Amino acid sequence: MTGLVSFFRRLEGPQTVGRGPAFWSLFAVVLAAALAYPLFSDGYTVGNTVYFFVWVFIALSLCVIWGYGGSLSFGQTAFFGIAGYGYGVLTLNFGSAYGFTLVALVAAVAIAALFAVLLGYFMFFGRIAGVFLGIVTLAVTLMLERFMAQTAGPEWHIGSARLNGFNGMSAMPPLTIPWPGEPIVLFADVGLYYLVLGLLVLVYLALRILMNSSFGNVIVAIRENPERAEMLGYDIRKYQLITFVIGAALAGLSGVLYTVWGQYITPSSMSMTAAALPLIWVAVGGRSDLTSTVIGTLVVLAAFQALTIYGSQYALVFMGVLLVLTVLIAPNGLVLGVMNWLGRLATRFTQKAG
Amino acid sequence: MSLLELRELNKHFGGLHVTNGVNLTLEPGEIHCLIGPNGAGKSTLFRLILGEHHPGSGDILFAGENITALKSFARIHRGLSVKFQVPGVFKGLSVRQNLEIALQSRHRGAGLEAEIGRLLTFLGLESEQTQTAGNLSHGQKQWLEIGMAISLKPRLLLLDEPTAGMSPEETHMTGEMVQRLNADGMTVLAIEHDMAFVRQVARRVTVLHLGQVFAQGSIEEIVANERVAAIYLGQAHA
Repeated sequence: MTGLVSFFRRLEGPQTVGRGPAFWSLFAVVLAAALAYPLFSDGYTVGNTVYFFVWVFIALSLCVIWGYGGSLSFGQTAFFGIAGYGYGVLTLNFGSAYGFTLVALVAAVAIAALFAVLLGYFMFFGRIAGVFLGIVTLAVTLMLERFMAQTAGPEWHIGSARLNGFNGMSAMPPLTIPWPGEPIVLFADVGLYYLVLGLLVLVYLALRILMNSSFGNVIVAIRENPERAEMLGYDIRKYQLITFVIGAALAGLSGVLYTVWGQYITPSSMSMTAAALPLIWVAVGGRSDLTSTVIGTLVVLAAFQALTIYGSQYALVFMGVLLVLTVLIAPNGLVLGVMNWLGRLATRFTQKAG
Repeated sequence: MSLLELRELNKHFGGLHVTNGVNLTLEPGEIHCLIGPNGAGKSTLFRLILGEHHPGSGDILFAGENITALKSFARIHRGLSVKFQVPGVFKGLSVRQNLEIALQSRHRGAGLEAEIGRLLTFLGLESEQTQTAGNLSHGQKQWLEIGMAISLKPRLLLLDEPTAGMSPEETHMTGEMVQRLNADGMTVLAIEHDMAFVRQVARRVTVLHLGQVFAQGSIEEIVANERVAAIYLGQAHA
């Protein structure tokens, strides 16, 4: 029991909105609903929901790097693409037997993280900060997009995997769990849904613990005042690099899951539009809070998809308007604003009752 | 052995010679004030000591060790600490969290809680602990940052205008705070314009002018020095 109490205590702190029995009861209800949802829905709709969930990881990566760490990375899609292509190359070469797709998932995420170590080292140890960090990361992702787009010829291949230029790679095997008798293939419906939901809950809780730990304290301290943080004896470059790599791994996870979900990956996943959209989800939700980022991303994505169906030409314009409105009305995020307002309301209510 | 020794320190910004062959020695346990007109190079000297700027030539010795090439955070680990001129608190975080971040590398769990409580009392900020640091008054921000600086238990505390924007009472309280820290063995080097504060705390005073050490001595000697009075009135070259 005390173990459970101390576990919940580590999940809560000044860095995350939502605490106490009321919040965690609500969390349990939402989780239970998410677990039961495939029972009341069809495979296609569930698969569509998986698509939404997949993007939450890249949103969380921006939340960590930008919202908590204060470094605006415009190139999270670079890691998304690298991991997506990485999974494709690995599985098209080595197949899916013996649970290799799971190995490929981990390896692809690791490749993206390794790339972030290299890029991050030059940026943070070279003291690149502020808007320049955004420019460098955006340049990297656009460069990767351009590069992959010109790999159409048959000479562009890694092993037996053709890169296929602008059309991208496809037909990589879905995630397969080895099982005695028949291996379990996670197609983009109920099977993949539970895996992605499980990963989402795991990542969300782990990030809550990380951000409320002493490491998280240093990360937000660097956001608030890097000079002061360094003059408290913290090697801020090291902390920034670690945060960047964690973010890259999350964006990479998003990329792999996206590739697994649709069984394709194209260079446009690293394009300008692809790079800008996660910024909007996170800014609208509330970049400095994990919960707000998750809710904001899901809501904006659902709205975006509805708009694409009913008026595709306006969907991107609407996204731009939404961003402008957020910056003007609630610069810290609409969802975070509402959550803080609810929090204040609850406090006032309990004070009156008490 | 002296605690801090600056040897022939030089720093240029383009054609501007902001630190010009500065020699300065600090003995353990002293409170030393650095004064001088605006643009004398006081804050630059601090930045050189802290490693935010690197000197063109010259050496910085701390407790006998040459730290000229060390990174800032490594100098902090050696026992340096600073309160900046513009209060460098973490504005978006609570007072308590500010102190926690300063203290967490030396204390954990219950020890951390106790230490935060002790510092809050020392700074007189108990009732403000849940407030956002950005909402504190200017004087309270100064105190909070002094609290963060001293939480590292430094051997040498650098204070850049610790009483700027404070009322005479607050200035006096800050002076007492510095004296208490000094009584516990902390060496202090302070940049200060407020002569009441300098009189209250300083044993030795160094006057900096145009990047050079212009005069040095006890506060009485400095006040009696006509050349020092002249540079404050802009007549150094008269």
